[in-house]
Amino acid sequence: MIAIVPSAAYSTLATLVQIVLVVLLGPLLIGFMAKVRARAEGRVGAPINQPLRDLRKLLSKERLHARHASVVLPFAPMVILAATSVAVAISPLVTTHPLLGSSADILVIVYLLLTGSVAAALAGLDAGTAFGGMGASRAMTIGALAEPALLVAVIALSIQSGTSNLPSMISTTLTHPNWVSGPSRLLALVALVIVVIAETGRLPVDNPSTHLELTMIHEAMILEYAGPELALVTLGASMRLGLLFSLIANLFFPWGIATSGSILGLLLGVAALVAKTALVAFGVSLIEIRSAKLRLFRLPELLAGGFVLSVLAVITGLVTR
Amino acid sequence: MTVGMRTTTDIGADELHDLAASLFDTGHRLAAVVGHDDGEFLRVVYVFTSGPPDLRRELVVRLGAESAVVPTLSDLSFSASRFERELHDNFGIIPLGHPFLRPLVRHQHWPEHWYPLRNNAGTMPAERVDAAPYPFIEVQGSGVYEIPVGPVHAGLIEPGHFRFSVVGETILKMTARLWYVHRGIERMFQGADIDRGLEIAERISGDTAVGHTLAYCMAVEEALGLEVSDEAWALRSMLLELERMYNHVGDVGALCNDVSFGVANARALSIREQLLRLNDEVTGHRLLRGSIRVGATSVRTLPTGSELAQVGEAFDALVALARSNTVVVDRFEGTAVLAAADAAAIGTVGVVGRASGLAIDARASHPFYETSRGFVPAVQSGGDVMARFDQRVDEFHASLEIVRRLNDLATGLSAGSASSVDAPRSGLGIAEGWRGTIVHRVELDASGRISRARTVDPSFLNWPALSVALSDTIVPDFPLANKSFNLSYAGNDL
Repeated sequence: MIAIVPSAAYSTLATLVQIVLVVLLGPLLIGFMAKVRARAEGRVGAPINQPLRDLRKLLSKERLHARHASVVLPFAPMVILAATSVAVAISPLVTTHPLLGSSADILVIVYLLLTGSVAAALAGLDAGTAFGGMGASRAMTIGALAEPALLVAVIALSIQSGTSNLPSMISTTLTHPNWVSGPSRLLALVALVIVVIAETGRLPVDNPSTHLELTMIHEAMILEYAGPELALVTLGASMRLGLLFSLIANLFFPWGIATSGSILGLLLGVAALVAKTALVAFGVSLIEIRSAKLRLFRLPELLAGGFVLSVLAVITGLVTR
Repeated sequence: MTVGMRTTTDIGADELHDLAASLFDTGHRLAAVVGHDDGEFLRVVYVFTSGPPDLRRELVVRLGAESAVVPTLSDLSFSASRFERELHDNFGIIPLGHPFLRPLVRHQHWPEHWYPLRNNAGTMPAERVDAAPYPFIEVQGSGVYEIPVGPVHAGLIEPGHFRFSVVGETILKMTARLWYVHRGIERMFQGADIDRGLEIAERISGDTAVGHTLAYCMAVEEALGLEVSDEAWALRSMLLELERMYNHVGDVGALCNDVSFGVANARALSIREQLLRLNDEVTGHRLLRGSIRVGATSVRTLPTGSELAQVGEAFDALVALARSNTVVVDRFEGTAVLAAADAAAIGTVGVVGRASGLAIDARASHPFYETSRGFVPAVQSGGDVMARFDQRVDEFHASLEIVRRLNDLATGLSAGSASSVDAPRSGLGIAEGWRGTIVHRVELDASGRISRARTVDPSFLNWPALSVALSDTIVPDFPLANKSFNLSYAGNDL
């Protein structure tokens, strides 16, 4: 295979396209999942672009802070958004040649997202309310349980490619299509889906649409936010969902991603990503609709299950290499 | 047909404790404690009931307005201790020897020594601004923290403040501070004519229009000496079950919704809507208002067999959907267990009591309709959320059966009453609303207006059971536990 390295200008354009795409795609995916749920419940449901409208509404409101909040509360949304945006920028979403693609080690992505999680948890603690602390404590517990499963699943994926650089992992998968259906990949896929559901706060781990304060995880952390800052935090969470769904789609079905330096390829890459993530979102919706929220103390069992699957993925990956 | 005989005995305050003890020993429960301000003296009526056979005993104690002291019954019955706190807040009557005479109805901003149900209370004086916060009991220990929730909640629910003392996620103690919906209903009743009283009773708790109206009408009819025809009782019995059905379906769906099983809730809401429309057809009101009146009952039409069959099938499909979801079952089972002994000690009634194994049901103990005699209520043994879910499912089926049977027997759409001679001017109404046993006690003055009406909603007796069931429950399971009790805030506070 002859590697065609596109120009820096092309990579910059592709990266900008990725960021804009995920800013729109994240909220739209959430709107789409709400729509699927509404239809399953026999409702018409809100339009798919409702989350975007909500963001616009929130951005036009005044800024309000809790009385006892420190600088962390207004600062955290920027950290969350910045960390997520960098992760989006360097990940191979519509092209295998994003700007700084050589730095896009999957561990870097994982820890960029973790930076956002830590900022959100600190913001939850900042105002000193019981709910914020409760949500932060729960989110960190789940994060701590999800992380090992995620890291081991990543190792399983990098065994075949021989690298943990995301663009390379995807490029090599394109040249070895039979890897995708291998047992190691499938096991890692299931593990990753469990982790992504936990990390994006979807059912059966967290219910993003609940109004029951005491059951909340992510929503409890951000209860003290209002107006533009709530918009940023929500956008950050939506982008994170868009990014994680995109990575699942591309790691397990990379076809459609732009590998050359052509604009047409980029457009195709965008179309392919939208289609693939919609499919992932649909699949996650089906899981959500059929399941109920697990008891909080059962979550370790679910995430331990994810961990076991990723360990099995590593073992199978080593054996079948 | 007459309801159970009521005997009223005037006693001295010093006899109260012994007489009450012997009534408790013979299986009576304290159904209500009603204070009255008769001008030169205060009068407290202790209403004891048991059944079957339907027995109603009233002990009346008169007190001087200046020395308003009664011996406490709190050592005999937990419910009595709550009634006495209410009596203290509203009348300033001191239950001597009460171990925990904290404010119950009274909020901190109420003026000191202002008793709203005393004749001389007048309009409410200015609120206190310097009031100390409610003295919640603080749980000591390392790692214990408090979570205050409410009274304003994120969802569209009634207001109530819950104070949790928690270690990690485990609840050590939960105190419910309610009484945020005090409307002064008992005052509103005073001086109202019986039609106005009916309107008030219908609105005590919006979801229990039939239960409260029925108990109110029974009380007024007894006070006026009205004999209600069997046809009217049949219609009333049917309306009571229709109310139970739409509420139980709503609860079954809400329990699923609280574990985020939205699809089941959507189905339950659609069945509930079908039932509300059926209610509308039958009575002209979705919440069944306006059909039951003092001495009469009328409906526009009767539900058809096919409508009932359709609702029954849809409900069975809903229950099957919920029970086939293992996560839902896992969340329900073993959550917020109310042991039978605790349920009995607290004096719980209704769905909550029966889910913990107490076969207490006014339809069995105080039946008012011939064909409902011999009614055997369903009971569960678990006492957990699952048992309360199952209890509602069983009761829905029983209600559907009763409505079907009454439909076949119904002879007319409207029925009245005949008046008899001796009217005691006071009456007691006991009806099994969908939450549990509702008690109304009404006294009429010489002009036929209400001089005093007291309402006991089952929620008043059941709220303390929620706190007990929560020990060893985790915080995120509280909304589910609370929903499984589904107690009324408005019925509890008057």
